[in-house]
Amino acid sequence: MAQPSNTPQGGQPLRLAAHILGEILLTLGFILLLFVGWQLWWTNLEADANQAQALESFSQELPAPSPEAPDYDPLNPSVTASPSYGQVYGAVYIPRLGENYARPLAEGVGSDVLDTLGLGHYPQSQNPGQYGNLALAGHRQTNGAVLDQIDSLQTGDKIYIRTAEGYYTYTVYQSSIVLPHQVEVIAPNPDQPDQPLEEANRRLLTLTSCHPRYGDTERYIVHAEFSSWQPNQAGPPQEITHLIP
Amino acid sequence: MYAWIFRHLPGPLWARIIIALLLILLASYLLMEYVFPHFAHYSPFNTDVTIGN
Repeated sequence: MAQPSNTPQGGQPLRLAAHILGEILLTLGFILLLFVGWQLWWTNLEADANQAQALESFSQELPAPSPEAPDYDPLNPSVTASPSYGQVYGAVYIPRLGENYARPLAEGVGSDVLDTLGLGHYPQSQNPGQYGNLALAGHRQTNGAVLDQIDSLQTGDKIYIRTAEGYYTYTVYQSSIVLPHQVEVIAPNPDQPDQPLEEANRRLLTLTSCHPRYGDTERYIVHAEFSSWQPNQAGPPQEITHLIP
Repeated sequence: MYAWIFRHLPGPLWARIIIALLLILLASYLLMEYVFPHFAHYSPFNTDVTIGN
């Protein structure tokens, strides 16, 4: 059988070297493309599956709506205590980011939490329902891309957080782009970063993600303010009823 | 190397093409599952989303 003409022959070391180098370069190129595909696609599949599972096991532990819901004051929420690092303790619903948008809320903003569990709670920030600032971080790209569309949030949009204590509704009032070191956006009062927590008199929610998309030279920030609360027994707010199992 | 592998796969041409594709898929899967996670740290897309950390 005749050898194909592009097969290196004996006595042609230069040609053999070029052949090997060519194959190595082709292989590296393929691996790099595969790596990009893995980052932008595969990690999202893995994280989405992980997060769906985390949401399901979280929701199962919560009290169902009951006709004999206790009396409650929508403006006087009971505060959710933060759990230990890495634990899922809530669900976040943002209708603007998709009709079925539901992501787990976990404690901590280390990459192990954000890469697998969705939205991470800055441990130094306040808790759902508490006066001060409940600050959450989430990926813009890769690993679930939980806040990919964060720039589509508009003033007046609702952000719902469900924990063992009930449903908290926050309303978006401001978006901004800041530099990574501008920690005042997650201070108890972002407008007056020096104000101590004890003097905070608003219940805020802050989302942080990277900006621009595919980069992280800046951070995209969305601020929301507490609007209302209701216990789990009272059932979910109208807008997210279809998302509650 | 790839030509050598292809020549040494068993079976007729269509079988060798299928086996070659399967080998590529297997290599891709092993890379994504066991190799890439160790290099995610260097990816320009796997960005920092937190403030002040």
